[in-house]
Amino acid sequence: MDIRDLWSEALAGMLARPVRSALTTLGTVLGITTLVITLGVAATAGNQIVGRFDELTATAITVEVPDKPDPLVTWDAHASLTRLRGVVSAVALAQTDRSSNLQVTSNTLVDPTRVTGHTLAVVATGPELPRAVHGRMTGGRFFDEGHVGRRDRVVVLGEQAARMLGVTRLANAPAVFIGDRAYTVIGILGDLRREQILSTAVIVPSTIGADFGLKNVTRVLVNTTLGAAELIAGQAPVALSPNHPDELQVIAPPSPKRARDGVQDDVNGLFLILGLVSLVVGAVGIANVTLVTVMERVAEIGLRRSLGAARRHIAAQFLLESTLIGMTGGVIGAGLGLVSVVAVSATKEWTPVLDARLALAAPVAGALVGLLAGLYPALRAAGMEPVDALR
Amino acid sequence: MNPVIHLNDVSRVFPADPPVHALSKIRLRVEQGDYVAIVGPSGSGKSTLLNTLGLLDRPTAGSYLLDGIETTTLKDGARTRLRGHRIGFVYQSFHLLDHRTVAENVMLAEMYGRSGGAGGERARKEPPGATGGGYGRRGRRRRAEEMLEKVGMSHRVDFVPGRLSGGERQRVAIARALMGGPSLLLCDEPTGNLDSRNTGAVLDLFDGLRDQGLTLLVITHEDAVSARANRRVRISDGILTEG
Repeated sequence: MDIRDLWSEALAGMLARPVRSALTTLGTVLGITTLVITLGVAATAGNQIVGRFDELTATAITVEVPDKPDPLVTWDAHASLTRLRGVVSAVALAQTDRSSNLQVTSNTLVDPTRVTGHTLAVVATGPELPRAVHGRMTGGRFFDEGHVGRRDRVVVLGEQAARMLGVTRLANAPAVFIGDRAYTVIGILGDLRREQILSTAVIVPSTIGADFGLKNVTRVLVNTTLGAAELIAGQAPVALSPNHPDELQVIAPPSPKRARDGVQDDVNGLFLILGLVSLVVGAVGIANVTLVTVMERVAEIGLRRSLGAARRHIAAQFLLESTLIGMTGGVIGAGLGLVSVVAVSATKEWTPVLDARLALAAPVAGALVGLLAGLYPALRAAGMEPVDALR
Repeated sequence: MNPVIHLNDVSRVFPADPPVHALSKIRLRVEQGDYVAIVGPSGSGKSTLLNTLGLLDRPTAGSYLLDGIETTTLKDGARTRLRGHRIGFVYQSFHLLDHRTVAENVMLAEMYGRSGGAGGERARKEPPGATGGGYGRRGRRRRAEEMLEKVGMSHRVDFVPGRLSGGERQRVAIARALMGGPSLLLCDEPTGNLDSRNTGAVLDLFDGLRDQGLTLLVITHEDAVSARANRRVRISDGILTEG
């Protein structure tokens, strides 16, 4: 028998009852749709979370420096770190428990009707800070090497701190009082994407920090290029404190790969099972309908046998019919699944991530389901005796 | 030349309690070009004889030579091929596929045994130097249309069987049986579902086929049908008698 004849006979058999064939595909459609949605949404969501990690956390390293009388890390930490390949920016900070609770006021007037003083944190740092925390000067400017070198009594306020102190305009060089000493406000730092806590802090040059007991570096913020975090996390302590690298505590982001796997595992497990169950149900549906079809077409089977069709021709035709039904379900299911994934992504403003192999594998999976489901009915059809079939 | 059918002491016993002797020691010789009617009451073994002749059933004893080929010892696959190549069936209930056009129904006959799927087979069936014709897919529709013309159904080529009258359906079924040039046309009550006018048309068609040298074997219980054949055999309780 010509393979093209087999093909056209199977196709004609399937199209002879289009409504029934369409209904038969439903189970497979549901199963494949569920599978494609599950895998597609999991990949999309997983990628989404990883993407956020990549942007913020995955490149951010924090080195905690224990407080010792003999400083472990010097204020030129920035210079020793940016030498390393993979470091984008770095800055040293000093902040102690005592400096975190200082009384800050915007003037020395005592106004009993208003709360003029605020307890704010004072942080000493270098001029590299805005870059290291991905911040933006919402007003004025940040202090530079000159201010640091001259020990100028200048401060930069975090956005929140400025609001609390009522400092909005910098044109007249307003001052704030920390304790009873005045410092000129030269800028307001906002839009922090890292160390957001600095938003409520008063930031002073490292050379002024001694006024508040902030002599030694307590923390170093490092930003790396994407993928370099793990490497830099190992190198940073040695670069910062060659004599005592072990005493520094490095907080590195989790490996991005692990994040992705974790997310996908959670989402996938349940829905994969759901999809597979639907597929099994679909297969049973196809098997049932094909069996009914075989019983209805007994006369046709007899006729074909009398025309010279061997048992294998009959089996092949029914197998191909059920496989085609399964494959049709797979194609429709893959289409619906892809559309759903894109729709979900669109509503969540995600970038849909789809494995192209998934779109190809879905019809194949559907065809396999159809093939398996058709086995028993096809064998039943092939096993019929032509005499009985023609009766 | 070999007879088309040569039955020698063919018996068919159905296992039951007591065993049913549907055919007992049947001897029958049908030559090329014969037009034989087999008559008998229902339950006489007509259908069993037809199934045996059509290679759809196997006798329990005796020998059956079709075109000189001993069929009782053949394996299932070889019997199927032989059936496909040499025997055309015409049934009382037509057995046309409802969802396919008349032409497609006729073309179905070439799909299995009689098609030229294998090159060797085609070479064997086609005399060397034959032009056109052949048994491939290409000329199949043309050949089906030729057969339909032969039975006077050219005007219904693209109809579905549901829109045809009984007589027309039977003529389509005959066209299908004639595809590929079988050696034997086996007809099981071919006019059983037809009125007298359509019966006449079908019988005229049989006469024409006989004149073209085709071997016809018709099972019937209608005298009008058996009267047209040149030879009548009677079967009763599994025993065949001439006359």
